[in-house]
Amino acid sequence: MFPTPIEKTRATTRTLYNVALPVALILWLLPLIAVAVTSVRSGGDITAGNYWGWPTSFNLLENYTAIFENTPFGNYLWNSFRVTIPTVIGAVALSCMTGFALGVYKFRSNLLIFFMFVAGNFVPFQILMVPVRDLTLDMGVYNTATGLVLFHVAFQTGFCTLFMRNFIRALPFELIEAARVEGVSEIRIFWYVVIPLMKPAIAALSVLIFTFIWNDYFWATVLTQGAESQPITAGLYSLNGQWVAAWHLVSAGSIVAALPPVLMFFLMQRHFIAGLTLGAVK
Amino acid sequence: MQSYWKANQQRLAPWLFLAPGIAMFALYVIFPIFQSMSISLYEWDGLGEKSYVGMGNYVELMDDEAFYTSLKNNVIWLVLYMLAIPAGLFVALFLNQTVRGIRIYKSLFFFPFVISQVVVGLVFSWFYDPSFGLLNVALGAIGLDPIAVLADERYVTYGIIAAGLWPQTAYCMILYLTGLNAVDPEQIEAARLDNAKGVKMLWYVILPQLRPATFIAVVVTVIGALRSFDLVSIMTDGGPWGSSRVLAFYMYEQAFSEYGFRMGYGAAIAVVLFLIMMVYITGFLWKMYQDEKGR
Repeated sequence: MFPTPIEKTRATTRTLYNVALPVALILWLLPLIAVAVTSVRSGGDITAGNYWGWPTSFNLLENYTAIFENTPFGNYLWNSFRVTIPTVIGAVALSCMTGFALGVYKFRSNLLIFFMFVAGNFVPFQILMVPVRDLTLDMGVYNTATGLVLFHVAFQTGFCTLFMRNFIRALPFELIEAARVEGVSEIRIFWYVVIPLMKPAIAALSVLIFTFIWNDYFWATVLTQGAESQPITAGLYSLNGQWVAAWHLVSAGSIVAALPPVLMFFLMQRHFIAGLTLGAVK
Repeated sequence: MQSYWKANQQRLAPWLFLAPGIAMFALYVIFPIFQSMSISLYEWDGLGEKSYVGMGNYVELMDDEAFYTSLKNNVIWLVLYMLAIPAGLFVALFLNQTVRGIRIYKSLFFFPFVISQVVVGLVFSWFYDPSFGLLNVALGAIGLDPIAVLADERYVTYGIIAAGLWPQTAYCMILYLTGLNAVDPEQIEAARLDNAKGVKMLWYVILPQLRPATFIAVVVTVIGALRSFDLVSIMTDGGPWGSSRVLAFYMYEQAFSEYGFRMGYGAAIAVVLFLIMMVYITGFLWKMYQDEKGR
């Protein structure tokens, strides 16, 4: 193991490390800790400039209910779910199929199609912006969750295909061969042989896509406007304009907006990391 | 029909499985790339008639001060964003231990990547706040005058990049942590017997084995730098006086904002950005192609 395991080092180094670890963590997360503390401050603290001292009062409930009152915060949050969940289902379903096709079958344009998905996944969003906005308008789904879902599903299919295809490649091919010898149809092989083996990949991708889509801001501003359809990222930005210098509300809003992906991450940690490092570690 | 399927299913099945994915991807990703290229040859407000101007938009770009500012900022982003890679490696080496509770530490260090860039942007604009922000409280404590980072043309881009480096470092850290897990312990032992340690060990033994992790880290960091839009939009809206614009942001601003809808001009900027990105995409595909052939 590198660096040298700390338990094999001198006692001073060990003590030093044990002190350095929490200190580094606090420094690293200082901005977030500050936000969390601010989110329970009173408005009075903020106007008095008491940003960093001890809060004069703890307004946890007040602040967190205040963001839902008088603002469409709940709406924004709900919209985020309405966009994120169908996107996850759609993108994972499509890429199970594309990944299967590209991972199992040998045909001439296989690599070409695979590279098309991979390359498309890396293009800058801006080159898609104008045509995708037009397309969304033409289909009559501009400013709806459906419009966002359709685009996200299509775009994420690129990344998901890359992931699924590499995962399927690593599966034991003999299983598929054996099923073929038995005369099982290709569709049944997909459903009864391959899908059950893909469960870890499906879990990993779901968490990852959930986080990506939940945190999307660019497409939310391009394809939607107004509280009835915008997700929380765009909503938080417009509320930030409304809550000028009301940092306790902005902070509480930020915390709530960050919560779902953070919970996802902690619940599904192992899968999440597996998803991020695709192919990086063989 | 039935028998035709039976006889040819191994040839037909892949296309059946690919059809929905390819259709969606073509409609929303592949065609739009070409449509944008074509729109960039027109003057268009997004609603009325398009009028063909040939290379007109690109000629205009060559004389556009704001375009050069954005391009320059994109270069600064590209260069400084790379700091996330050594920084991530450093954090990963720091955390690659087996003391109690280390898994919690690793997860918490990864936190910044999980939260939205909108939140990161808000947190940092507040951190830079000239009157009460933590940065200026700290500067005041050591007797320096406050700096309004986000309102100062000289510092604004660096301020935003610093905010971007925070989640990006976390990302690179995770890539390296998983990479370090896969490093061959026997090689390390062998190197230790040869008296290799510290930086030398890292450079000659560890880093070569971390090549795949470094590769992915470079790819995601370059793409992150070129895609930088969220933070600029949230923290400064391109200001002050457009000095923190990047190509992605400038394109958006031109295509639809209070300055009017100039879809053609915006598309031309997007094409430039796309061409820059294409250099890296081609490199990535080339590497993948070599790997595939090697199998």
